[in-house]
Amino acid sequence: MASIFQAVGAARALSSSNSFDSKKFYLTSRESVSERKGSIFVVRSDGRMNSGRVDKLVTNAVATKADSAAASTASKPGHELLLFEALREGLEEEMDRDPRVCVMGEDVGHYGGSYKVTKGLAPKYGDLRVLDTPIAENSFTGMAIGAAMTGLRPIVEGMNMGFLLLAFNQISNNCGMLHYTSGGQFTIPVVIRGPGGVGRQLGAEHSQRLESYFQSIPGIQMVACSTPYNAKGLMKAAIRSENPVILFEHVLLYNLKERIPDEEYICNLEEAEMVRPGEHITILTYSRMRYHVMQAAKTLVNKGYDPEVIDIRSLKPFDLHTIGNSVKKTHRVLIVEECMRTGGIGASLTAAISENFHDYLDAPIVCLSSQDVPTPYAGTLEEFTIVQPAQIVTAVEQLCQQ
Amino acid sequence: MFQSLDFPGGRVAFTSEMSFIAESSEKRVKCYRVLDDNGHPMSSRFEQISKEVAVKMYSSMVTLQIMDTIFYEAQRQGRLSIYMTSNGEEAINIASAAALSPDDVVLPQYREPGVLLWRGFTLQEFTNQCFGNKADYGKGRQMPIHYGSNRLNYFTVSSPIATQLPQAVGAAYSLKMDRRDACVVTYFGDGGSSEGDFHASLNFAAVMEAPVVFICRNNWWAISTPTSEQFRSDGIVVRGQAYGVRSIRVDGNDALAVYGAIHAAREMAIREHRPILVEALTYRVGHHSTSDDSTRYRPADEIQHWKISRNPLARFRKWIKRNGWLNDEDESELRGNVRKQLLHAIQLAERTEKPPLEDLFTDVYDHLPSNLQEQERLLRETIEKHPQDYPADVPV
Repeated sequence: MASIFQAVGAARALSSSNSFDSKKFYLTSRESVSERKGSIFVVRSDGRMNSGRVDKLVTNAVATKADSAAASTASKPGHELLLFEALREGLEEEMDRDPRVCVMGEDVGHYGGSYKVTKGLAPKYGDLRVLDTPIAENSFTGMAIGAAMTGLRPIVEGMNMGFLLLAFNQISNNCGMLHYTSGGQFTIPVVIRGPGGVGRQLGAEHSQRLESYFQSIPGIQMVACSTPYNAKGLMKAAIRSENPVILFEHVLLYNLKERIPDEEYICNLEEAEMVRPGEHITILTYSRMRYHVMQAAKTLVNKGYDPEVIDIRSLKPFDLHTIGNSVKKTHRVLIVEECMRTGGIGASLTAAISENFHDYLDAPIVCLSSQDVPTPYAGTLEEFTIVQPAQIVTAVEQLCQQ
Repeated sequence: MFQSLDFPGGRVAFTSEMSFIAESSEKRVKCYRVLDDNGHPMSSRFEQISKEVAVKMYSSMVTLQIMDTIFYEAQRQGRLSIYMTSNGEEAINIASAAALSPDDVVLPQYREPGVLLWRGFTLQEFTNQCFGNKADYGKGRQMPIHYGSNRLNYFTVSSPIATQLPQAVGAAYSLKMDRRDACVVTYFGDGGSSEGDFHASLNFAAVMEAPVVFICRNNWWAISTPTSEQFRSDGIVVRGQAYGVRSIRVDGNDALAVYGAIHAAREMAIREHRPILVEALTYRVGHHSTSDDSTRYRPADEIQHWKISRNPLARFRKWIKRNGWLNDEDESELRGNVRKQLLHAIQLAERTEKPPLEDLFTDVYDHLPSNLQEQERLLRETIEKHPQDYPADVPV
C-alpha cells in the first residue's frame, strides 16, 4: 500500500540541509483538514495496491476503508527519528529477527559507518556480524555473494554508491546471474546499499547516480528510499527478499526527520508511493527530487494546478500499475529525476510509459534530468546541474497548456 | 638511543645499512614432491593412503581423462558447442578432492571437474550439463563445463576469471560464523592470479582469519600468455607472505604430494582459522578450449614432453602397480567401461528434451515479475505465429 502522510496543522520539521522550507504540505481544497493534527497516517504494505483505495483515503481524512491496521496505527503515537536512524532501526530489527543477517563494508563496525547507519551495531552483534572490510569493493561484494550462496543474508554497504562501480563485475556477472545460471540451486539474498546522488560539493566522483548503470542488470531489484518511513520499510523488505536488492539512499536525505509507527511494518519493494493525489498531471519522481517536486507542487497549487505526485520508489521493476492508473487519470506525465539525460531511469520510464499507455497521453512525456556532464565542484555550477523547483513549475505549466 | 620503532604489527628494528630487498630470491622456492618420475617415493615420510583410496583416485583420474577425450571429440563432431579439457591436471583435480571432506565448500574456476567427479557427480550428470538438456541442473542456461551442484557443495562455475576468490572468502566467513568443521577450497590458474580479486581475496582472508585453501594451478599458460608474461615473481607461492598467508609449492603432477599438501593445508585452515595458499606446478597439456589451437604459440615438443614424460597418471600408476593394487587387465576393463558409459550417456543426453521455454524466464527472480510474464507472453505469441522459425526440440 502506498504510504500517505498528511501532516495537518502542525508544521513538520524537515530538518535537512536542503533548499526547501519546512512548511506543511497542502491538501486539495475538498479535504477536511480539521480532524488529524500532527500525526501520520500509514497503511500497512501488504500486497498489490488497489487503485480505488487511494481516492477513498484522500477524500476521507479520518478513516481509511475500514482498515484495522490503519485504525490501530492512528491510536499509537509512533516515534520521531531521522532517516539514517530509520535505516538503522530497520537493519537492527532484521538482525534481531534473523541471525543470518550480517553487514559488511568499509568502516561499518566500530566507526559506525560513514553516515552512521550502522552505529552501535558492532558492539551489540560483534564484529563478525558487522564486518569491517579492507578497501576492495569488488572483493567484499564478491564476499557477500559467496556468503549468501552459503546461507547468510549479507548487507553490503558501499561508502558511496559511486565506489560500487568497482563492484560492477560481481554485481552484474554473479549477483544478478548465479541464481539463474545455477538452475536455481543457489540463491543470492544480498542487499547492496549506500548513499548516492548529488550532494553538496562532493565532486564528480562522489556524485554518481548508479541506478542508471545498474538498471539493465537482469536478476536484481532496485529501490530508492526517500523518507524515514519508506527507508525503514524498504530496508526490511530488501533484507527479507530472496532476490538481490540494491537500495539507493541519498546523501542529502539522511537527516530528514519523520514520525514513524512503533509497530513493525514493511514496505512493498515493487510499489510506488502516492505522495499527493491530483487530477491535472502525473509527476513521477524518486529520492531527493521528490522534495523539489513537492516544493514546486506548493507553487503550482497556488497557481491553481492540481498535480498528482508519485514517488516511484521501485526503480526496477517499475510499478506500472500505479503509474498507469495515474496516467489514465491525468493524461499528462512529467518525470523529474536526478539521473543524467542519457540512459537514466527517466529515459527507461519514458519508454515504458510510451509503450504501455500511449493512448492515454494528451501530450508528449516530458523528462527533467540533470545534464550529461560530470557534477562540478563549484556550488553554483552544481546547483545548475540539478532540476530545481522553478523548472518543474514551468514544465507543468507548459504541459498543461497543451 | 632508539634501536627500533613501535609500529602496528610489531617492533621494527632500525638499520644504518641502506639495502633494498631483492626483487627475487637467488633460489626459487622449493617444490614438495613425494614420487619421483618413476613412481618411487623419494622419502618414507609422506601421507599414506589406503589401497581403496589409491585405486579410487587412479580410477577417477582415468575416468576424467577419458571424459575429456570423448567430450573433446564430441565437440569436434559438432555435437557440443565448446569444451575445455583438464589434460595434464588430473592429479590436481582428483588428489585435492580426495584430501577434502564432503562438507568442504568448493569454488572452482573451470578446469576442476575432477573434484565433482570424486564427490559423486555421475557421467550422465556431466553429459546432461554439456548438452544443456532438461535434466541439467543448470536448466540449460550455462555453457558446457559450467557445472554446479549445491548437493555436492560445488558452486556453479562462472566464466569471469577469479570472481570466485572473494566469494570463497565470503563462504568461509559463513562457515566461521556457523563454527563448522569444514573449510572452503577455491581453485584458480596462474592467469587468474593477476586479477585484482586475487590480491584482495588473499588480503581479506588473512585479515578475517578465514579458513580458505587457495589452490593455484600454475599450468604455465593462460590461453597464449606464458607465465613469463603474466608476472615477474617466483610464481604464486611467494605472494602468500606478502599478505600474511602461509603457503607451499607442490608438484601438481604428483598425486601423493598434492594429496598430502591439501590434507595438511585443510587441517591448518580449520584448526588455526587461517587461509593457506597452495601453488601446484603443472602443465596445461590440452588447448585452452576447443576454440584454441595452442600449437600456434607453443612448441609441439614442449607439449609432448609434458604429455608423456611428466604424465601424472603414468607416475601414479607405477606406484600403485608396484604395490600390487592394480594390474593391466583391471585398467583396460576400467577404460572400456568408462568409454562405453560415456558414449551411452551422450546418446541419452542427445535424445533428452531440451529445457522448456518457461525456463528462459524462471529463476531470474524468485517469482516471475510482471515484466517477465509480459515478455514471455510476447515470445509465445511470436512462436505461435512463426513456428517454423523456432527449434523443434525445445518444448514450448
